[in-house]
Amino acid sequence: MTGKQYISGYCSIENNTVKLNGQEIFNVPDAAFAEFAKQLYRDMETDYPKFFKMDNLSKLSFLAAELLLKDGDNENTALLFANASSSLDTDVKFNDSISDKDNYFPSPAVFVYTLPNICLGEISIKHKLYTENSFFIFDTFNPEFFANYAAVLLNTDKAAKVLCGWVEFLNDEYRAFVYLVSVNGTIEHTPQNIQTLYLS
Amino acid sequence: MDLRSVYISHTNCVTPLGFDVESNVHALEKGMSGISRQDNPALMDAPFYSGAIDDEKLNAAFVAISNGNSYTRLEKMMLLALYPVVQKAGIELTDKTAFILSTTKGNITALQHNEAVPEEAYLQGLAQNISGFFGFTSQPIVVSNACVSGILAVSVAKRMIQTGVYDHTFIVSGDEVSKFVLAGFNSFQAMSDEPCRPYSANRKGVTLGEAAAAALVTVDSNDASAKITGDGSINDANHISGPSRTGEGLVRSIESALKEAKVSADAIQYISAHGTATPFNDEMEAIAFNRTGLNEVPVNSFKGYYGHTLGASGLLETVMGLETMKHNRVYTSLGYDEPGVSQPINVIRENKDTQVDYFLKTASGFGGCNTAVVFQKIKNDR
Repeated sequence: MTGKQYISGYCSIENNTVKLNGQEIFNVPDAAFAEFAKQLYRDMETDYPKFFKMDNLSKLSFLAAELLLKDGDNENTALLFANASSSLDTDVKFNDSISDKDNYFPSPAVFVYTLPNICLGEISIKHKLYTENSFFIFDTFNPEFFANYAAVLLNTDKAAKVLCGWVEFLNDEYRAFVYLVSVNGTIEHTPQNIQTLYLS
Repeated sequence: MDLRSVYISHTNCVTPLGFDVESNVHALEKGMSGISRQDNPALMDAPFYSGAIDDEKLNAAFVAISNGNSYTRLEKMMLLALYPVVQKAGIELTDKTAFILSTTKGNITALQHNEAVPEEAYLQGLAQNISGFFGFTSQPIVVSNACVSGILAVSVAKRMIQTGVYDHTFIVSGDEVSKFVLAGFNSFQAMSDEPCRPYSANRKGVTLGEAAAAALVTVDSNDASAKITGDGSINDANHISGPSRTGEGLVRSIESALKEAKVSADAIQYISAHGTATPFNDEMEAIAFNRTGLNEVPVNSFKGYYGHTLGASGLLETVMGLETMKHNRVYTSLGYDEPGVSQPINVIRENKDTQVDYFLKTASGFGGCNTAVVFQKIKNDR
């Protein structure tokens, strides 16, 4: 594939507000993330009990991906995700569970989430994506890297579409910005356009 | 689009078996393992087995390259691994030269209970400490994709060079044995109470290890030991903490790599596999190698020498795989005795000379990730 590539859909989740293709579609004022995520999950009418076992980063990533992948043809859709804090939100919780000898309770159900790419596994399982997946860490959102690497996946025929995601979660501060790159759409897939949508 | 050929040239590693490639090959030749019994209550209450790097040796080696004392233990391992690769390469560090760091847990030991997360615990903080030492001018790219990280870094480097984003990429991969990962693997009841025995019927689980490895991936074929001819990194879409029972993601990763390399399974003469010595992993790999027609190809796991070095393992085992190809000599899969997988695979039982012009590196990890990369020998007289 060497033709032009486009951003065919995008969404953001931050400040308890969900925007899909620039339009606000869901909001829960004054709720902690756990409550907000639960209400958004119910609003989506997705029946997927595994959601409640996920850590915060996976919940956030799962919900954002769901907005763009549900009802779509996701054949050979690669996952290209990144953030700044890796899995530190859960790392801190696991570390706390082993720091005190008198209060020592390491749990495999927590430990498994001390890897940032677990959220890619969760999305892949839900949407049966037997596709390329990779997780990267940058200190801030990096539109050049996303543009370059998504194009690499498409230009080397490793994927037909790429779901790109910046999914950040640490200490109840969170932000997800997820978009789909394919051969269809009107917004050309360039670093400038990605940055503009990220800031919108 | 026209895709460029991509090569791997200078390599290095820092492991319990030695702080350069030569000493590690020598140890493989002698059948020495870097795994030993550790009695270290700071890491775990009960004694355990791991591939541990000696602090005194590490610090002694480090003063030869730097008098800086602000580096963490892992940073010292990584700097020592990458230093000779950067020196030998002699490449001008421009924006066309990338730096990729792969790790799973980085400086996780910097986390303190009830305190703010320190800068070096962020993986970019770690990467910038390493990058600053060498003066790379492009922003570090950190790959953190569980236990495939080290080999996925090679794949990412190859793809970015293939499409012209960069001309050269320095990679360093590393992880250390910490209280954090020991507690985690122990909570899964996945730890062996003896050095691990990949693919063996008598295996008892994983042994953890620590290492750093480094390589230059480049468009320049001078000094190259191999061409990177194909790769794939495909998810199982099955389970977050267990591999697919059918090996689906690994099968598809291998097929993707072979297709791009334009070779059939028959061309592959050696596989450096993942082989963690957990029953589910080893079984999954045996199924995947049978499904892809690779079941008769000589295969080993280097985990019996190093333990599972997490984000370092994929690159460390690639470095040893390249040595295997260079010397046309395959090394024993240490700890293996009788078959412990349901489908036949050709586990290497003794060091022996055999022609290796193509080798396949595979890895799999939590989150259902898998990576496969095909390397083709380059004969360089330089």
